[in-house]
Amino acid sequence: MIRNLATELSTRDAVAATTLVLLLVAAPFVVGDYLLSVILIILYFAYVGQAWNLMMGIAGQLSLGHALYVGLGAYTAAALFVHFDVPPAIGLFAAMAVAALAGAVIGFLAFRFGISGVYFALLTIAFAEFTRILFSHFDWVGATSGFFLPVENRTSSDLVNLRGTSVMFYYVILTLAAGALVFVRLLAGTRLGYYWRAIREDQIAAQALGINVFRYKMLAVVISAAMTAVGGVFLAFYYNNLFPTDVFGIHRSIEIIVAPIIGGLGTYFGPVVGAFLIGILGEGLTNATEAAGIQTAGIKQLVYGVILLLIIKLVPGGLWPLIARRLGFSIKERRK
Amino acid sequence: MTPTIVATVLIGGILTGCVYALMALGLSVIFGVIRVVNFAHGEMMAVAMYAAVFLFAAFGLDPLHALPLVAAGLFAFGYALQRRLVEPFVRRPEHEQFILLLAVGVILTNGALILFGPEARGIMTDYAFDSYAVGDIIIDKTKTIAAIAAIIAAAGLLGFFRFARTGKAIRACADNLIGAEVIGLDVKRLYTLTFAVGTACVGVAGTLLAMIIEVTPALGPELTLLAFVIVIVGGLGSMPGAIFGGVLIGVSEALAGLLIVPSMKSMLSFALLIVILVLRPEGLLGRRPS
Repeated sequence: MIRNLATELSTRDAVAATTLVLLLVAAPFVVGDYLLSVILIILYFAYVGQAWNLMMGIAGQLSLGHALYVGLGAYTAAALFVHFDVPPAIGLFAAMAVAALAGAVIGFLAFRFGISGVYFALLTIAFAEFTRILFSHFDWVGATSGFFLPVENRTSSDLVNLRGTSVMFYYVILTLAAGALVFVRLLAGTRLGYYWRAIREDQIAAQALGINVFRYKMLAVVISAAMTAVGGVFLAFYYNNLFPTDVFGIHRSIEIIVAPIIGGLGTYFGPVVGAFLIGILGEGLTNATEAAGIQTAGIKQLVYGVILLLIIKLVPGGLWPLIARRLGFSIKERRK
Repeated sequence: MTPTIVATVLIGGILTGCVYALMALGLSVIFGVIRVVNFAHGEMMAVAMYAAVFLFAAFGLDPLHALPLVAAGLFAFGYALQRRLVEPFVRRPEHEQFILLLAVGVILTNGALILFGPEARGIMTDYAFDSYAVGDIIIDKTKTIAAIAAIIAAAGLLGFFRFARTGKAIRACADNLIGAEVIGLDVKRLYTLTFAVGTACVGVAGTLLAMIIEVTPALGPELTLLAFVIVIVGGLGSMPGAIFGGVLIGVSEALAGLLIVPSMKSMLSFALLIVILVLRPEGLLGRRPS
């Protein structure tokens, strides 16, 4: 499998990928704190975008409630840490399990009862919103007044407890984002990956060929949910505070899907490219408006909306396939 | 808790539900005919509400007088949106339509945030606190006016689809697209008109809702979800279903506010949505697809 991955890459791809990885690994030594925090958030969106991409881009199931899995992961690990002193290195697995279970419930209800397309998307939103309101009344984790993790002075790094400097968090999310990219790429090359794409392109045809559509769609949701939950754990321990509206809100779910759509649905590098594009643009815009002395909330989101609209109107396949072709990288495109 | 209180709340819920119904009717018409899911529906509703608030604040225009203006404005907006943006998407994959309108919604919400700020804005008419007393039951005057106006608008819409030539032509497109093309209907124009009629509905409903509740930019996405809950509960694409769903949700929200915690009222709606999606995806009044 690993060899497959290597042989598919041209020298040009390999050189570019290595350069990018080296640049990102070296970043903490070169850039300042502010820029590092920007790249860190970009990598976070690349990571959760990749998890969403697995479900939508490869398996073709449109979820608009991925904030649910982020939130469940975040709250599970944080609650275990605060209430029972369970370190996130272990809490992580509980977080993944809880999110996977939630994904399994949603997937079961949807696929068992034939809910698809728009109805499926609405079902995912309904679950996320339901949970948001539930957590707003869940006093054990602070309800609307928020849930806080103890902030310690961040001089040493403790990976087990996920307490440490921002550089540590940077490397954690870099590893996660790179790992997710490789993981999704490898998974897509397996039999399972081909089943997913068959279901995405034509579910009835896939079923006629004897693919157990229900089982593989369930797997897509469960894997994607568990991956997304890891992002939630990271978020909880990086920010040290959780608010239901902030974590489960529908705007969070939308944020997750922007990067992979802009980069290119179903491409492996698309979520990364998309995350960097909107990350840089959003940050640049914030700085520009601040420098101009305009304090307007919403301008960043407005521009996201405009970009999303232009992309889906003009290049629904996303930007990465275009860029890749221009630069001569090999790319497996999503047909359609 | 006396029966009078329950009755008062119940009637309030029904009246608000009428306005919800009109909003959902717009969504249902757009989906029923064009088969495009308008995910910016609530955001358009918020735009209409802001328009009503602005007209009241700037010119002292009573919402009922502003009604035709806002409706016309939203009609034009919907017409342009369908012509310029949505039309080419009618035959594109579902998720692309979804994302397109999601983007429109994000733009509208944040446009409102930039223009009006995050504060809640409302309309304070001089009859805002008036009410009718029927026995011990108190009925809010503003809500009554809004509900009556919504019912008139809904009746007008239903009449348009039943009796007007254009309305019949639009229904023909919804029933059998190929048949409509064969007999020479200008489907593109009719689609544009339908979208515009749907958004005009929102214009009316938004103006009326602005009389009842205050508007914030965040209300847009909430109303979108609410509209979807209503049309799915009633049956996506079914006009009687949208009306029934609107009143049902209005009542259930009002009762949830009374019996449980007010902040948990939409949880009930989402739970209802999940149950309906699973058990009866065609909605309570929708036709089971054959």
